[in-house]
Amino acid sequence: MNAPSYNFAYLDEQTKRMIRRAILKAIAIPGYQVPFASREMPMPYGWGTGGVQVTAAILGPSDVLKVIDQGSDDTTNAISIRKFFAKTAGVATTTRTDEASVIQTRHRIPEAPLHEGQVLVYQVPIPEPLRFLEPRETETRRMHALAEYGLMHVKLYEDIAKFGHIATAYAYPVKVAGRYVMDPSPTPKFDNPKMDNCPALQLFGAGREKRIYAVPPYTEVVSLDFEDHPFTRYRQNAPCALCGAEDSYLDEIVTDDKGGRMFVCSDTDYCETRRAEGHFGSANAPETERADV
Amino acid sequence: MFDPTSIATDQPLLVADNLAKSYGRLPACRGVSFKLYPGEVLAIVGESGSGKSTLLQMLSTQLQPSAGRVSYRMRDGVLRDLAALGEAERRFLFRTDWGFVHQDPAMGLRMAVSAGANVGERLMAVGWNNYGKIRDTASTWLQRVEIGLDRIDDAPRTYSGGMRQRLQIARNLVTSPRLVFMDEPTGGLDVSVQARLLDLLRGLVTELGLAVVIVTHDLAVARLLSHRVMVMQGGRVIETGLTDQVLDDPREPYTQLLVSSILPA
Repeated sequence: MNAPSYNFAYLDEQTKRMIRRAILKAIAIPGYQVPFASREMPMPYGWGTGGVQVTAAILGPSDVLKVIDQGSDDTTNAISIRKFFAKTAGVATTTRTDEASVIQTRHRIPEAPLHEGQVLVYQVPIPEPLRFLEPRETETRRMHALAEYGLMHVKLYEDIAKFGHIATAYAYPVKVAGRYVMDPSPTPKFDNPKMDNCPALQLFGAGREKRIYAVPPYTEVVSLDFEDHPFTRYRQNAPCALCGAEDSYLDEIVTDDKGGRMFVCSDTDYCETRRAEGHFGSANAPETERADV
Repeated sequence: MFDPTSIATDQPLLVADNLAKSYGRLPACRGVSFKLYPGEVLAIVGESGSGKSTLLQMLSTQLQPSAGRVSYRMRDGVLRDLAALGEAERRFLFRTDWGFVHQDPAMGLRMAVSAGANVGERLMAVGWNNYGKIRDTASTWLQRVEIGLDRIDDAPRTYSGGMRQRLQIARNLVTSPRLVFMDEPTGGLDVSVQARLLDLLRGLVTELGLAVVIVTHDLAVARLLSHRVMVMQGGRVIETGLTDQVLDDPREPYTQLLVSSILPA
């Protein structure tokens, strides 16, 4: 059911050209925020208008698309964007990380290692890592241009002074290819090390702020820190209740009003794949239902 | 970090050569020349609108002169024209070798960030990457400007006016600059707080051997802090000399008027 009134992947060809130019420039200058003429999309700002435009610009008929929201393939945002492209571009969709050629994501990087040829598209709400410290855009641009990044450490200093450790848990600033400081979008800092030297191309689209930036494959991405307070990953200290994984990022799910809770993988594909391989956690110790996946 | 003895004190640190600035047809500042030597405190006095602030902004490269030039002896001992510096070099100079104390501390501080981070920012900007060392240095400086260490994690917006001004001074001095510009540093403070701040400034300036250009309309401040005074009127320097000489034995009628209009204590 391909709607004939739309161009392939919704955006018109001129717009896609414009976005592709911005993407090429972004890839050429890793971590640099390239301004682009962001379009109105048929969804509200904050729902991934930037990511959708980037995806629309790079999608081809033979691509296989996966969309995740907080690691999950089956939340409203993920389903609606997946259906949007199934309808307007007629591309194949999947929930399997290793089968996808384009993965649009909000707030997570998949647990399964990415491989060459894949593109990871991030939805970014606020692309400017210095924003909350320096409100003037003219000034932050100048600071990027002159690589004056002392201010970024002021934020980390404040964390340690207030909480005794670097309490920033998401949107943790990184330095890309030894030059630009970049906001990795609100992914948990658990995911930061996955960006470093990643074989896949990583593209970031901010629709409301009209910025695109990129991390090319095999690029060095370093999380900022202090010598005496080094960067650490954070993970809930529990195995996944469904698949028993000890290495995945977990969501905490409240199960009743008596303090009951369970921890499960936030990456649903990773969890399902593991369960299909016969792994299980505390919540489904013997073989259970869920044969439908 | 920096050995002040490495540069001879008989060579000027800052040289202003025939500086002028006009705003359209209005000449705000005309034909100002002087030399500032290391460790010297120069006060620029005059009434509102006499061109003091324009001059200070030109000296500190925040304003481009219409004519004339400013040169500064860099840490390598070479006198360089400031207009020829790139923006990166100029900004680097501003957060290492120079300080600027604003009349309104909110302009020189990050009001929502803790005092410790305010002082530490310059250190982090020049690549300090050890939290413990940054915090120790910040603590030392807060103590030197008489701010209690129990306030180190409070934001300056919770500080009183005098404390904010002292914090601004600490933030500027932490990278051991050689030259500090001050624009009415005691303006808006009550008399007892002013006295304490002046006392502190005088101590720090002597101890660190700072060169200072201080703009003030308060002759008492000039008398307490400065070695030399420049009196400005209508954009021109009308009288210059040693502080006690100018203030005790003024030659120009305008200077005589200024001196005589000090209220007796």
